Amino acid sequence: MFKILEAKFLAPGIKRFVLEAPRIARKQKPGQFVILRIYEEGERIPVTIENSDPERGTLNIVVQSIGKTTHLLNSLNAGDSILDVVGPLGKPSEIEKFGTVVVVGGGVGTAMAYPTAAALKRAGNRVISIVGARNKELVILEREMREVSDELLITTDDGSYVEKGFVTDKLRQLMQNGTKIDLVLAVGPIVMMKAVSEMTRKDGIRTMVSLNPIMIDGTGMCGGCRVLIDGKSEFACVDGPEFDAHKVNFEVLVQRNSMYRDAEQKSLTDFKECQHAAQPAEACVPGGR
Amino acid sequence: MSSTAQNSPNPLPLRDRMKIPRQPMPEQAPEVRAHNYAEVNLGYSPELAKQEALRCLECEKATCSQNCPVGVDVKSFVELIVAGDFLAAAAKIREDNVLPAITGRVCPQEDHCEGNCKLGRKVKPLGVGYLERFVADYEQRMGFHAMPKVAPTGKKVAVVGSGPSGLTVAGDLIQKGHKVRVFEALHELGGVLVYGIPEFRLPKQIIREQVDYMRKMGVEFETDVVVGRTVTIDELMGEEGYDAVYIGTGAGLPQFMGIPGEHFNGVYSANEFLTRINLMKAYKFPDYDEPMLDLHGKDVAVIGGGNTALDAIRSALRLGARKAYVLYRRSEAEMPARAEEAHHARQEGIEFHMLTAPVEFIANEKGWLTAARCVRMELGEPDASGRRKPVPIKGSEFNLPLSVAVIAIGTTANPIVQSTTPGLGTNKRGYIQADEQNQRTTRQGVFAGGDIVTGSATVILAMGAGRRAARSIHEYLTSGQW
Ligand SMILES: Cc1cc2nc3c(=O)[nH]c(=O)nc-3n(C[C@H](O)[C@H](O)[C@H](O)COP(=O)(O)OP(=O)(O)OC[C@H]3O[C@@H](n4cnc5c(N)ncnc54)[C@H](O)[C@@H]3O)c2cc1C
Ligand SMILES: Cc1cc2nc3c(=O)[nH]c(=O)nc-3n(C[C@H](O)[C@H](O)[C@H](O)COP(=O)(O)OP(=O)(O)OC[C@H]3O[C@@H](n4cnc5c(N)ncnc54)[C@H](O)[C@@H]3O)c2cc1C
Ligand code: SF4
Ligand code: SF4
Ligand code: FES
Repeated sequence: MFKILEAKFLAPGIKRFVLEAPRIARKQKPGQFVILRIYEEGERIPVTIENSDPERGTLNIVVQSIGKTTHLLNSLNAGDSILDVVGPLGKPSEIEKFGTVVVVGGGVGTAMAYPTAAALKRAGNRVISIVGARNKELVILEREMREVSDELLITTDDGSYVEKGFVTDKLRQLMQNGTKIDLVLAVGPIVMMKAVSEMTRKDGIRTMVSLNPIMIDGTGMCGGCRVLIDGKSEFACVDGPEFDAHKVNFEVLVQRNSMYRDAEQKSLTDFKECQHAAQPAEACVPGGR
Repeated sequence: MSSTAQNSPNPLPLRDRMKIPRQPMPEQAPEVRAHNYAEVNLGYSPELAKQEALRCLECEKATCSQNCPVGVDVKSFVELIVAGDFLAAAAKIREDNVLPAITGRVCPQEDHCEGNCKLGRKVKPLGVGYLERFVADYEQRMGFHAMPKVAPTGKKVAVVGSGPSGLTVAGDLIQKGHKVRVFEALHELGGVLVYGIPEFRLPKQIIREQVDYMRKMGVEFETDVVVGRTVTIDELMGEEGYDAVYIGTGAGLPQFMGIPGEHFNGVYSANEFLTRINLMKAYKFPDYDEPMLDLHGKDVAVIGGGNTALDAIRSALRLGARKAYVLYRRSEAEMPARAEEAHHARQEGIEFHMLTAPVEFIANEKGWLTAARCVRMELGEPDASGRRKPVPIKGSEFNLPLSVAVIAIGTTANPIVQSTTPGLGTNKRGYIQADEQNQRTTRQGVFAGGDIVTGSATVILAMGAGRRAARSIHEYLTSGQW
């Protein structure tokens, strides 16, 4: 059992949790994730570690409600517990002094990019961050990102905050106004990562993306998280989750992530209907939690 | 032939024992069990067990035991069954084998005890596995009796991995008075026994009870710890104060064939397919959240001929598959699966395509598997494994329509511990180097055994290694000599 010490919505449908997990907190490096399972009948889902406090023995995660498991997770509060949390998993991000680094975060991807951005800044890089969201309410971690960035650019799809547009518009401007970019890190929806990748490919700017295939164990055992990199299968949980964007086959990732869409839809609909009728989330999972 | 052993409880002359037919294992009818997840074999009744036990010739040179990797004293436990003292029979087995309810079910007996039973020369061999299973289940029903507590030695041992190998080490060392803690990466204990071998062959309740029993004996378990990531071997032996570590992490990484189309939707590794079903209980969706492709009315094939392949395809059948095929590139004689499983699979209606291998997976425009392009093989010269090498027959390609394909062609070493433990020697294929007699690795205080040393093998071989390791760890802890 892993105790939730704090839980707070950062934006509608996006919640930050502080979990008690001393072993993991001691070991976490930027770019790594945990796999968690909320209750006995639950599935295992991967979530990036946004921050950790080795002394206090805690780690932060930021979760967006997507399907049943993330909706259920986001209904939990301080004092509740999560049955299993395992990690830290995956290869840590490569942290070096590259020069100028552009960190692109889309939606909840901003939280996933944050620890790496902070480490890149500590390593002496000039960090330009571009944070994108659908609207003003969904812009998260603005203060944190500002702290670790030399420059912070924000876009919203509907223009309700700072500037209307997409993160790629800002990236294009940077590239056009002659900013010498040594590395781009893009974390967010697959379409966004693909668009960034296409844009930087022409100029040969090194670009890393954090892939989010479906996972089970997270230790290389099941092979379910395989992604196509340069025509070869690699396992995102041990060989990634960060990969050279210009080698990633994004179509295959999209296709494989759609594998269980029908079942996932059913889980979510049943869960929402139940919640609607019965109110407390624990009434909507077999055996409570 | 020698005469009946003195003091034998068996009243029958040897001649008459050979006349008793091997008692068949009661089992669920094939057409019924193909649609449920309950165990196929139902187990002997006490009467059947006694009748089968009467067949044993009580050979002076018990070749059965010589061929059991842990040397279970078959003759003695079988005599105790004849005498009707089932608990004593269980205790007898436990002297050499701490998980009899499991080995009785999954050992490839035809390669071990039963394959070397003297009865087998004239008639069918003694049902050693069935009898072992019977007494273990009987004991479990009666409740294990508490083990006498031993004086603590003050030494601490960490066991990495809760498969049969790790569990054996833990069970043996706790009885020597050492403090033992098992670290497991997954949320369930048991290794392949829980995530690989399906319920219909090995009910998970059995493993749970074995683990509970060990807990009562004082073994501590910590799940959700990936050693090498969550904590390293150096940290375990440093700040956490363990005096010795046993590594039993198994051969966990699935191999793929490297043929075009392996990334299509509908192509699984056997590990993922079986993990979804067994560990995550996807067959109980939506009561459990883990989803699974709906296999009802679909055509499914598994590629491979081992236990893993048969477990996967028999699971697919139980999940509603219309057609269920085994594609194996060698011939039936080379199939490494347990004989009983191949027999059961056939009874259930699985179709076997021997000397057949896929060369490409074909999908529709949305990336969903529609067929496997296959080629027929013939057997050529013997290869490195001593088996005749399958060679593709030119022009024999054909398309087999499929919705789901499961690849079960083997596994490789899980590298996480090796790559995070300086000084731990490995072989060319990445498995941990360990002495065959005492399971010592190249690092002082660190022992290893099971699939992570040998490559994928069997439950009983992993347990055998665990037993040798426990003895050697005890020796090291008491003598301090490396
Ligand atoms: C390495 C990694 C780090 C991640 N970090 C974060 C994070 O910090 N915050 C966050 O909110 N989300 C993160 N995700 C995504 C998160 O795991 C999924 O949103 C979650 O699994 C969805 O579960 P669900 O039951 O709510 O939705 P589901 O109903 O299961 O799925 C909805 C959609 O989400 C995707 N999905 C489903 N299962 C998984 C899975 N096991 N892994 C990845 N995607 C899946 C699929 O595209 C699916 O169609 C991360 C994913 C990976 C692989
Ligand atoms: C589907 C299938 C069917 C089989 N059927 C049979 C059969 O009928 N008969 C038979 O004799 N054999 C069978 N086998 C083979 C047998 O299961 C294995 O040989 C045996 O389980 C090996 O035992 P082990 O203890 O070495 O490793 P495993 O059983 O593989 O256990 C290793 C454990 O270590 C854990 N682990 C791995 N890395 C770490 C880490 N870094 N930190 C913490 N924990 C870790 C794993 O999660 C796992 O729980 C089958 C195998 C499979 C896959
Ligand atoms: S442990 Fe396995 S090989 Fe040994 S006697 Fe029992 S069933 Fe036979
Ligand atoms: S070899 Fe067969 S007949 Fe002889 S003691 Fe062993 S089990 Fe009995
Ligand atoms: S999640 Fe199973 S291998 Fe990566």
